[in-house]
Amino acid sequence: MSDALWVALGASVGAPLRFWLGRRLDGALPWGTLAVNVAASLVLGLCVGWSVDGAALALVGAGFCGGMSTYSSFAVQTRDLGRGRGTTYAVLTLGLGLGAAALGYWLAG
Amino acid sequence: MASSSRVLLAVAVGGAAGAVLRFLLGEVAPDGAGFPWTTFAINVVGCALLAGLELLPLARRSETWAAGIGPGLLGGFTTFSATSEQGRSLLAAGDTLLAGGYLLGTLAACLVAVGVVGRIAPPLPREDEM
Repeated sequence: MSDALWVALGASVGAPLRFWLGRRLDGALPWGTLAVNVAASLVLGLCVGWSVDGAALALVGAGFCGGMSTYSSFAVQTRDLGRGRGTTYAVLTLGLGLGAAALGYWLAG
Repeated sequence: MASSSRVLLAVAVGGAAGAVLRFLLGEVAPDGAGFPWTTFAINVVGCALLAGLELLPLARRSETWAAGIGPGLLGGFTTFSATSEQGRSLLAAGDTLLAGGYLLGTLAACLVAVGVVGRIAPPLPREDEM
């Protein structure tokens, strides 16, 4: 149960960091949201590669990475960007996110 | 306009609550080795709720509450990093079709959810899309 407190602590840093970067960097494309989603995928890949578990995984993985990354904002932004830019944004986010997770996992190995 | 530190605090508190909720759902129904249904469902539900944020009078009235519930609670509840890592893990296990189905299926289901709810809800202010 105490793992839930670590999750809360990690997310209470990750979520406002995402919001702050989004306000600064989101423009014609939501670069801030893209950056936090890719960065969180990289860090989570590192955690899994290093076999981080228990309280540390709760804090960094489920908390910080989960709180910093977002699917809901990503989906709403994709819709609002329209067909052309929305497709570019979605492809970039999914591709770079997957690549970042793989890179993190590989770097940890 | 609400002070930006109050809005950031609301996002922090909401984000913590959303992430804990996601974590507890994962404890109750772990994703397991196949299709990560729990994370899939969390993301689809979170996307639908964010698209409908403006249906909530509290969110329409208060910038702080809108940020706490939208980018905070729902941003913390949904996760992109877990989806990427699960996709990577499925690919590494040789489940290419499952990985592709999961990554593209999540995107498609979330976009459909956002589109359907968006037909009945007013559009989000740009700040609450974050």
